[in-house]
Amino acid sequence: MYQILKQIVKTGIKTEAPPQPDQALRVAAARLEDAMSRTLGRALVIRQIDAGSCNGCEAEIHALSNPYYNLEGLGIKFAASPKHADLLLVTGPVAKNMEVAVKRAYECTPHPKLVVAVGDCGISGGIFGESYASCGRVANVIPVDVVVPGCPPTPEALLIGILTAISAK
Amino acid sequence: MKLLAQELSFETLTGAVAAHRALADEAGLLAFCRAVKETGGRLVALWGGDLRDRGQGEGFALHVAFGIETGLAIVSLPLPAANPEYPDLSEIFPAANRLQRAVFDLLGIRARGGDPRPWLRHANWPEDFFPLRRDCDASRTFPPQNEDYAFVRVEGDGVHEIAVGPIHAGIIEPGHFRFSIVGEKVLRLEERFGWTHKGIEKRFEQMTLADGYRLAGRVSGDSTVAYAWAYCQAAESLGNAVVPPRALWLRALFLERERVANHLGDLGYLGNDAALSFGLAQFMRLKEDWLRLSGALFGHRMMMDAIVPGGVAADLSQQGGEQISAQCDAIEREAAILKNIYDEHAGLQDRFLTTGRLLPSLAAELSVCGLVGRASSQTWDLRTQNPVVPYDRLETQIATHRAGDVAARVAVRFEELFESLRLIRLIVARLPQGERLLPLVRPGAEDAMGIGWVEGWRGDVLVALEAGSDGRIRRCHCHDPSWLIWPALEHAIMGNIVPDFPLINKSFNLSYSGQDL
Ligand code: SF4
Repeated sequence: MYQILKQIVKTGIKTEAPPQPDQALRVAAARLEDAMSRTLGRALVIRQIDAGSCNGCEAEIHALSNPYYNLEGLGIKFAASPKHADLLLVTGPVAKNMEVAVKRAYECTPHPKLVVAVGDCGISGGIFGESYASCGRVANVIPVDVVVPGCPPTPEALLIGILTAISAK
Repeated sequence: MKLLAQELSFETLTGAVAAHRALADEAGLLAFCRAVKETGGRLVALWGGDLRDRGQGEGFALHVAFGIETGLAIVSLPLPAANPEYPDLSEIFPAANRLQRAVFDLLGIRARGGDPRPWLRHANWPEDFFPLRRDCDASRTFPPQNEDYAFVRVEGDGVHEIAVGPIHAGIIEPGHFRFSIVGEKVLRLEERFGWTHKGIEKRFEQMTLADGYRLAGRVSGDSTVAYAWAYCQAAESLGNAVVPPRALWLRALFLERERVANHLGDLGYLGNDAALSFGLAQFMRLKEDWLRLSGALFGHRMMMDAIVPGGVAADLSQQGGEQISAQCDAIEREAAILKNIYDEHAGLQDRFLTTGRLLPSLAAELSVCGLVGRASSQTWDLRTQNPVVPYDRLETQIATHRAGDVAARVAVRFEELFESLRLIRLIVARLPQGERLLPLVRPGAEDAMGIGWVEGWRGDVLVALEAGSDGRIRRCHCHDPSWLIWPALEHAIMGNIVPDFPLINKSFNLSYSGQDL
C-alpha cells in the first residue's frame, strides 16, 4: 500500500485542459437546446460501437480515459449498453456483418441519439471502401451528427468531436 | 532441397525471410504435415488462391505454411478448376479448422470431410458467392440475412447458455461468445467471429505492390508496424529490392516501440481487470508518454505508414535518438516500480495465479504461437529463431514460462517489455548511417510468391504476396497470429468462473479484425 501511495504522490496530477468544440466537424445541424447541452456537458454517457474498424481507432478511444485526457473528469462516461447512452461513438467502415447490429444499437439508443462517426473509415469507408463485405461510411447505415477525421484520430481530435456533438445550436 | 527427410523438393524463396516452398500432391502434403507434427513443428497459416485466369488447365491452389527449425516451409497443392477439394488437415493440426472454413467462404475450395460450417460468411452474401475468385465482382451488394449458426449444445442437468456479442459491453471489437455454464462455472465456450470482415484480401486486388502497404498496415491497427514490415518484406522479395541497412534498423526500432506500447497498455488493463485501477492509470500514463514521443518523432502515434516498400518513411535525428534513450530509462524505472507493486499485491496475484490455464501440451497440439504460446512453453520467437537484420546482431532474449496461466502471460509481458527497452537503446546506439529508402524494382516472374514474416507483439504475422509483372497485386494473404490463439482461449476458460472471463480474455488480448480481415 505504501508503495502505491508513494507512486501516486510522485506521479501528481497529469490532466490537461480540454480542447474547444469545432463546429466545422458537423455534418448535420446542431440539435441540442442550450439547457440540454449544458446538462450533457456535465454528464454525458457514450456507447462506443466498433462497426468494423481495424482496432486502431479503439486504441485512441482507450487513451481518452488515461490521466492526461481524463474523460471521466469532464463528466463523460462510457456505458455498457446503448440503452443508457446519449451518444454513439462509431468506428470503422460498417462491415456488412455488423450492419444489423449497428442499426439495432441505434434503435435502442434513447433521444437525443447523437452519433459521432470516428476516423477516415467512419467518414468515408476509408481505405476499405464499399463492397460485398463493407457498407462503407457510418452515414450509409445510421444518421450521423459529427465526424472526426484521422487514421486514427488523436485523442485530442476525438475529444473535440465529442464536445462538438454536445454543443448547442 | 529436402526438408524433414520428406520426398518434396523445396526451393528457397528470395528475400529477407528464411522461407522454402514446394509443390505437392495430396499424399505429399499429408506426409509433410505428419512429419512437421512429429518433429515438433507447427502450423503457421493456410490459404488458397485462384489460378484459373492464368491459362488453360489451371485451377486453384491451397497453400499451407509450417514453422520448422529452418524457418518457414510452404507446401502448395494444385487443385482442379472443377470441384476443388483437399484432405481435411484438422485431424493432424486442429488449428486448421477455422482456416479451412475461411478458405471455403472466400474461394469455394473445400476440405473433404472437414467442418462444413461457414466462418467468415454470415449469410450476408450468398452461399455460392466466393469473393476471392478472380472472376467474382466484389462490388455486388446483398441484403443482410439472419444467420442460424450451428453452435454446439451442451446438454445436462443445470446447464444453461450465456450468449454475448457481437457488440460487447466495453470498448472492444465485436465478436460472439457462447458460454455453456453450470452455476458460475464455464463448461464450454464457443467463439463465433467474422463480424468485422471487410473484404480486405479482395481490396488488395485493386492495388499495386507499391501502395498495398497502407492496407496491410490496417489489417489489425494495433500491429500496424508488424503488418507493414511483413508486407514490405514480401513486396521487396518480389521486387528484388535492396533495402538500406539504416531502414532495416529503423524498422526494428518501430517494431519494438509497437511491442512496448501494447505491453504497457495490456499490463494496465490486466491490473484493472483484477480490481487494481491504480495499475491502469499508471500504465496508461506511461503508454501515453510513449505514443506522444512516437508522434513527435515519426509523425504518427502508432507509426502507421512509417514502413514503406524499399525502406522507411520516417527518419531519426541524433537528438531524437537521445530522447528515445532517455525515455527508455524513465519507463524502465517506472515499470520496475509497478512490477514490484504487482508482484507484492496479494489480491492481484490471487486473481492471476492458476487462472485461465493453457497447458503446454495443449498449446503445442493447437499450434499456439506468440506471447500466449511463450507463456505455455512454446518457445517460438522469430527474433531469436529466424532473425533478420538487425535481430541477427541483437541477441534477443526470448521470454518463456511454463505455467500457462494469467500470471505467466503477465510475466512474459513484463520480461518482453524490459527486453524491448534494451533492444531499442541498442538500436539507437548502433543505427547505421546512410540511405533510408531505395525504389522497388518491377517484379519478374508471374508465378513468384513473396513472403513476409515478422514477430509482432502478439505473435508472428505472415504476408504472402503474388503480383503480375505490371506490379498489380494478384493475391495478398495476410495472416494474423490470433487465428491460432483464439481456439486456445476456448480451452483456457474451461473450469474457470464466468466473472474471470474478462481477465483471461485480456491476458490473451487477441485481434478480431486481424482474423476477420
Ligand atoms: S480510420 Fe484508420 S485507424 Fe480507424 S479504423 Fe479506419 S483504418 Fe483503422
